[in-house]
Amino acid sequence: MSRADRRGATVTRYPGYIRSGIARGPGAAARIGASMKSFPVCIWLAWLSAGAVFPAGTPEAQQQDFSNVEIRTLQVTENTYMLVGAGGNITVQVGNDGVFVVDTQFAPLSDRIAAAIGELSDLPIRYIVNTHHHGDHIGGNANLRTTGNTVTGGNMPGPVPYAGGGAQVIAHENVILRLSAQTGEQAVPSTLWPTNTFFNDEKRLWFNGEGIRIIHQPRAHTDGDVIVFFRKSDVIAVGDVFSTTNYPVLDLANGGSYQGIIEALNTIVDLIIPVYGQDGGTLVIPGHGRLSGLGDVLDYREMVLVIHDRLRHMIDSGMTLEQVKAAGPTRDYDPVYGSTEGFWTTERFIEAAYASLSEQIRSEQ
Amino acid sequence: MRSVLSLTAVRAVVALAAGFLAMPAAAQVNLAGQWTGMYHEDFPDRLPGPELGDYGGLPLNDANRMRAEAWSASILSLPLYQCRVHPVDYAASFAQIRIWETVDSETQQLEAMHIQHFAWGTIRTIWMDGREHPPEYAQHTAMGFSTGEFIGQTLRVRTTHLKEGWLRRNGVARSWNATVTEHFTRREDVLTWHVYIEDPAYLEEPFFRNRDYVLNPTGRMGPYPCESVIETDMPENYFPHYLPGENPYLQEFAVNHGIPYEATRGGAATMYPEYMDTIRQMPLPEGPAQ
Repeated sequence: MSRADRRGATVTRYPGYIRSGIARGPGAAARIGASMKSFPVCIWLAWLSAGAVFPAGTPEAQQQDFSNVEIRTLQVTENTYMLVGAGGNITVQVGNDGVFVVDTQFAPLSDRIAAAIGELSDLPIRYIVNTHHHGDHIGGNANLRTTGNTVTGGNMPGPVPYAGGGAQVIAHENVILRLSAQTGEQAVPSTLWPTNTFFNDEKRLWFNGEGIRIIHQPRAHTDGDVIVFFRKSDVIAVGDVFSTTNYPVLDLANGGSYQGIIEALNTIVDLIIPVYGQDGGTLVIPGHGRLSGLGDVLDYREMVLVIHDRLRHMIDSGMTLEQVKAAGPTRDYDPVYGSTEGFWTTERFIEAAYASLSEQIRSEQ
Repeated sequence: MRSVLSLTAVRAVVALAAGFLAMPAAAQVNLAGQWTGMYHEDFPDRLPGPELGDYGGLPLNDANRMRAEAWSASILSLPLYQCRVHPVDYAASFAQIRIWETVDSETQQLEAMHIQHFAWGTIRTIWMDGREHPPEYAQHTAMGFSTGEFIGQTLRVRTTHLKEGWLRRNGVARSWNATVTEHFTRREDVLTWHVYIEDPAYLEEPFFRNRDYVLNPTGRMGPYPCESVIETDMPENYFPHYLPGENPYLQEFAVNHGIPYEATRGGAATMYPEYMDTIRQMPLPEGPAQ
């Protein structure tokens, strides 16, 4: 057993820790520590936002200028809000218990995000949930966590304020496995890691007078996706399994899959109960893009299912990737979801979808 | 005495002037009332519904044509699609519409206008108080977000924040990125609704259409309930559509009506009268539809 193992930590409680590099000896932990010191946080964030899909990262992401980014707040329901800036949408729920935050965008924006949250509540952040491990959703973890604190007590060796220092950061276990490089190639600083992970299908909390379901979506955008359902507010924060601005980002290197996206969209649709006309009732805060209702999710799922069927038919017919690309299976949806520039182009989507569905077909045989 | 009279007169003039200033624009037309659609325009399209493969007169682009050709009417059997309401740029095509105003009781300023459509019973609000449209990341809805102003005797309305809808009920889509400009013009007891749709995603050119209504002082509007039901057993993740090139119904409309198939596929050119000269040079389809 390594020294790190003996010291314990949240991560050591879970089965995934057995598979981890840390558990395999002191050298692994030391290497991670050294790499954390030598690798600037901004580069990690760039790597996590773009490099999670493309390991080398992109120059555009690494040089992103946040100086002109404004954090804008959209009230969703009486006590839930959507914060829009750069990176993934942030969901904020406020009430007498404090502040509950879903995703944290990029670290350079943390002061502005904290200020925007301060406009909504004077109470501290108690919980942060990461919908997955990409840098545009976790970059502000360290900064925002330290602005809050956890309600705690009971038997502990130190004073209560010490134990309660910082908000809890909740995520699925696979998020910390990715971030701590136990299944990936590089680690990110531990200050960005979640502090409270779970490995089963769902984690439930009661906060600010409502039940909150944090539901794992296996193998969707990544293998660590969760959606967060605020039951009384009737709002679902869904991370990048649903976006109104682009084709599904399939991070195959980190456990994502086309079929998993379909299943995640089905889960969201099943949770939604719309009002007549489908413009109200349960509302959905997507990973990127506009506040949505059932109709938007249905339109998106329709696109995903139609393209799925076309690609399956083409793959089953023996068409190569190049032949599929030439056939233009997404041409009708490209004006709405496609892109010829940026890190997730239509071409990249087709390549990833082709690979994912080909793997699925092989596994079915 | 003279001064008192004079002061009274001045007060009266000021009061009158203030009253006029507080009133809406002089002789601003009142659109309130119940209006019944006149079906001398586009009757087959509006009541029986458009035929499969009929895209003529629509400026749809290649992407929209591909979507339309993949569309299957079986989509309407899906429970979650059974109660989808007509979008704001389409909903007023059916039966009655009811228009009413919200007026500030103190100032008599027109704050908003509202229209209820018979179809699906949807209600839209047109803000007349000069407010800004919401940011792009706000929710898009079937009715969208509308602001209006009177230009002379015509109400001009601009609508954004639409969720995806349809231009025709046979699969021709209108994207959430579209903006709609409408003009409501009243001439005595006849109301004309002009719709101008700009959709950079799915249209080659803006699409224009209009509808006429007649004032119906005794008209009543019935309810329009909708409750989804499971009509048939379907496999998991089933979504009805045709793979490219496999829709067997696309030529049906052309054959049944003796119209060149190419002319039924739509596009900006098919909107204009001179397209008739082009059609005359096209080969006609062979044989009746099966």
